Amino acid sequence: MNLLAWPLIISLFSAALCMALWQQPLWQRRLGLVGSGANALVAIVLLQTVLRDGVQVLHIANWHAPFGITLVADLLSAIMVAMTAVMGLSVHFYSWFCMDRDIETYGFHSLFHFLLLGVYSSFLTGDIFNLYVSFEIMLIASFVLLALGNRRAQIEGALKYMALNLFGSFLFLGGAGILYGLLGTLNMADVAVKLATVDNPSLTNALALVFLVAFGLKAAVFPFFSWLPASYHTPPSAVSAIFAALLTKVGVYCLMRFFSLIFVGDQSFTHEIIAVIGLSGMVFGVLGAVSKNEIRRILSFHSISQIGYMIFGFAMMTPLAIAGALFYVLHHSIVKSNLFLIGGAIHRIFGSYHLSRLGGLYRSHPFLAAVFLITALSLAGLPPLSGFFAKIFLVQAAFLDDRPLAVFIMLAVGLFTLISMSKIFDKAFWKPLSSEHKPSPIEPSPSAQLGMMLPITFLAILTLLLGLGVPFAYDVFYQAAEQILNPSEYIDRVLGGAP
Amino acid sequence: MQTTLALLSGIVFACGVFLILRRNMVKFVFGLALISQGINMGIFTAGGLVRHRAPLIPSDQDLLAAGSADPLPQAMILTAIVIGFGILAFTIVLILRTYEVFGQVDIDEVRAVDR
Repeated sequence: MNLLAWPLIISLFSAALCMALWQQPLWQRRLGLVGSGANALVAIVLLQTVLRDGVQVLHIANWHAPFGITLVADLLSAIMVAMTAVMGLSVHFYSWFCMDRDIETYGFHSLFHFLLLGVYSSFLTGDIFNLYVSFEIMLIASFVLLALGNRRAQIEGALKYMALNLFGSFLFLGGAGILYGLLGTLNMADVAVKLATVDNPSLTNALALVFLVAFGLKAAVFPFFSWLPASYHTPPSAVSAIFAALLTKVGVYCLMRFFSLIFVGDQSFTHEIIAVIGLSGMVFGVLGAVSKNEIRRILSFHSISQIGYMIFGFAMMTPLAIAGALFYVLHHSIVKSNLFLIGGAIHRIFGSYHLSRLGGLYRSHPFLAAVFLITALSLAGLPPLSGFFAKIFLVQAAFLDDRPLAVFIMLAVGLFTLISMSKIFDKAFWKPLSSEHKPSPIEPSPSAQLGMMLPITFLAILTLLLGLGVPFAYDVFYQAAEQILNPSEYIDRVLGGAP
Repeated sequence: MQTTLALLSGIVFACGVFLILRRNMVKFVFGLALISQGINMGIFTAGGLVRHRAPLIPSDQDLLAAGSADPLPQAMILTAIVIGFGILAFTIVLILRTYEVFGQVDIDEVRAVDR
């Protein structure tokens, strides 16, 4: 059975049903969580299928490519979908215990599934215009999620997020229009075949840059990142966590897809630009993070620096580097959203995210401290956690690719990451709580604490397992990287009719 | 005709960019609307402007006859217009809400206290 449409169908129906159960938060929750759980199952089976049988293709309504809308899952898409589903389930479970009643009543669960619908469909679609539509679904859902709750900071964050992301979408749409005018098709595989025959390097490069800027805005790469630290720290922590896990990854995925399948003609031009913005992003992001004193702001700036690693790894275009970049995407998604979840748990206990108003958590909540330490060290890249292997692959690839400066930058940025993570640990966990900042009296109930700790612990174990299971994971990522570097299977399966 | 429309699309886009660079958020909304229209016009132009027959398949045939116009750009623009309309509606509501909360439409003055 072809599973490709199921993640979309399940999210769409969960979203619609949650909306129909307006004003009944309890049923919305149950239904929403069932939907997330079903998607996690489907996504894992899909990943297995793709590993076993290669690229999967679904021509919707049997209109064959390049005329109809095609859903395609190669290993890259399947890994991304599995990541989305697992993160969606964990964060959704967490939100059960710490979301405001108001936000739930006004459609949190429905919007959550709409957001996932957009993300799944961006990962699975094989058509550029369809990708635009998926982006918009994702964007509109994320606007509302960001503003839901109506606090002043949220409105400010939503404005900045909206302004830059909308501009990115318009650029993408414009690029798609020009591409259609040039080639008369928007099916990605078909575009790849036809663009290879176009002999007009300046036009293709200009188009490549339009898409680079559009996706760069989504992925928050170096010069376009300002919306991310302006908005990610404002919504409830479950929303920040799912944004950090998935939204920028969609941009990274699109960059990988477009610059490995479509714009591969002039790599010394396009991919060098990607490498440079990746490296600059690493440096600027981590410097921003070191300078901040609010947990979520530190985490947001780190995202920028980590995205730099991913796209730099991709830009090297060797199997090792791309496998490392994919590993990094998965690792970062787990770790970063877990840190946001832990931040949310700290906020529930102390009523603040400011390091100056926190302290003594190590004494009062030793388990939370242990889980935070595992996750933070994984982000900084200490063995045997997943972050270490993600970095070591990229460093090794950069060595082999003869880029000593990049190796130096990556290692230095890793050191700064460690510094800012130890700052959080020092100030929130070790430092005794100053007497003027008493913890807020709303200590969550034991069941709520357990409910928040479950997904946090699960994700912490996941980063540990990803680190310990490197031989297996690396195999999968290496296969995916080879598929990315040699897209002929993708193109043949899409254009060649039934597999 | 093609050149005129291409230029026009560029001018509309440029006006939109000028407007979204203003600090006043109401002008920002107008800028967004203009950019969206400029892009739509761009797709329309890029899709090819030629006098062809309407792309209708006669009932006794399976395929579109040669020399018909390409209906796809219009379909894409239609989708883009609908999406753009939805986004514009949301943007306006968000800005209205900003005005209610902050009493301002100047983006530089919108500063949340609890940061």
